[in-house]
Amino acid sequence: MTARAYRAVKVAAELAVPLAILAAWQLWTVASDSAKFPRPTTIAVEFRRLWLFSEFGTHVAPSLERIGLGFAIAVLVGVALGVPLGLSGVARRAAMPHIEYWRAIPPPALLPISIVLLHSIGNLQKVSFIAFFCIFPVLLNTIDGVRGIEPVLLETARSYGVPPLARIRRIVLPAALPQIVAGMRNSLALAVIMMVLSEYFSSTNGVGYVLLISKNTFQLVPMWAAILLIGLLGYVLNLLFLLVERRVLAWHRGWRASVA
Amino acid sequence: MRLRRPGDDSARSGRGRVSGRARGVALRAVDAAVPVVSVLAAAGIWEAVSRAGLIDERDLPAMSTTVGELWSLVQTSAFWTAFGYTVRGWAIGLGLAAALAVPIGIGLGSSPIAAAAFRVPIEFLRPIPSAALIPLLFLTLGTNLKSEVFLATFGAFWPLLVQTMYGVRDVDPVAVDTARSFGVGRAERLYRITLPGAVPYIATGVRISSTVSLILAFTAELFMGTPGLGQAVNVAQAYGLTDQLYALALATGFLGVAIHAATTAVERRLLRWHPSQRGEVRT
Repeated sequence: MTARAYRAVKVAAELAVPLAILAAWQLWTVASDSAKFPRPTTIAVEFRRLWLFSEFGTHVAPSLERIGLGFAIAVLVGVALGVPLGLSGVARRAAMPHIEYWRAIPPPALLPISIVLLHSIGNLQKVSFIAFFCIFPVLLNTIDGVRGIEPVLLETARSYGVPPLARIRRIVLPAALPQIVAGMRNSLALAVIMMVLSEYFSSTNGVGYVLLISKNTFQLVPMWAAILLIGLLGYVLNLLFLLVERRVLAWHRGWRASVA
Repeated sequence: MRLRRPGDDSARSGRGRVSGRARGVALRAVDAAVPVVSVLAAAGIWEAVSRAGLIDERDLPAMSTTVGELWSLVQTSAFWTAFGYTVRGWAIGLGLAAALAVPIGIGLGSSPIAAAAFRVPIEFLRPIPSAALIPLLFLTLGTNLKSEVFLATFGAFWPLLVQTMYGVRDVDPVAVDTARSFGVGRAERLYRITLPGAVPYIATGVRISSTVSLILAFTAELFMGTPGLGQAVNVAQAYGLTDQLYALALATGFLGVAIHAATTAVERRLLRWHPSQRGEVRT
């Protein structure tokens, strides 16, 4: 096979297989005609009816707000804790048992506790829950990023009398940024999951609430449309993040390329 | 940790070897004490916050109350049955995910055409939060072990698949070509070169998937009511048994830590030969 024919086969396969899967799904649902597995075309129509954009404001907007707030808090707290923990070995050893415990616990175990503790099933509880678990990827990556900094850099800055805060702002944060951003990307994906969990447990609006209600009322088509929406939400948020990352870290990639 | 070897201090300070070594021992003792002190301090703060009424004891039972509750729970067989169910869901989910993801990952990783063909479906399915599938499973498979295992397997499958694909792609091509030119057959190349080369990646995948599988087994129990620790948490919440709620969450956390520690230990043991295990490893 020549290189060109090989490439053509690859592109063809990349297009044909997803289409074939969609077609098979459609044919299978038409043949089985089961209420539990509606046709993809039916789901698509329902998706358009609900989410573009009649119910967007009532259910998607609150969910996005919770993701946004929880994620923002997690990033701020994660970096603010991660920098000192990365710089100080004693602090790190003191914090590690706590970090290891809280990131190993299955998050839903804290859902009922968050309600009891905060007396809330509204934004206070949802955002706190999302933020709490999204801290860990940012925190651990910040610690690692800060620890990976060339010590000579920091010692040189210190011996030139650069004050500590300026050292953090001008050396530590930029050097750790690529890894912090990698942690942020994991956190964002986690935020979507935590949003669904917290809204599915008890809520009055949001995408998870739609899932819960359509389950309780046996409405399969809106449920499938909501699942599709959540999948797309995660996909689009990740895509947006990659676009921002490319801009923010352009200097880093340029530097990497010049070194390599 | 890497910087502080015994002997370093004495060489730098210029004092006698013995006192240098003594200082090294003292330093290491402090190092070991710090996490213990920190955990004790946290437990103390928890106790104080609740006892002093900063947070109402009905909302946050004191540390001693919670631990006492956990202590009486672990003496009941109901607790260990629930515990066993959760561990079973985790183990079956992880096992099935590995049995599916590793062969598929090897297939997709070694054939660029197959990888291209399934790139789009994988990219679309992978980010779907498994939690979104709970209502669907509730209505299709029902509230039983099947649902729990499906959820755990679905979640654990993707990280393992992606890791295996990367691992297979990252195998040293020179080693593969050398083996081929020595006439080593396809099956033996797979067994002797591709698999050992991909094992570190697969091990990382297993570690990630193991956590995911536990989370989803627990989630299925909490949201769908399949028996296990998650269901126990749900019952405790429904009846307002706050002490028990906290005790069960504490126990779930310990289970998570134990499973994480076990997978890390197995990984270390299996990969003793691999350079990644020589230094300090973390993800």
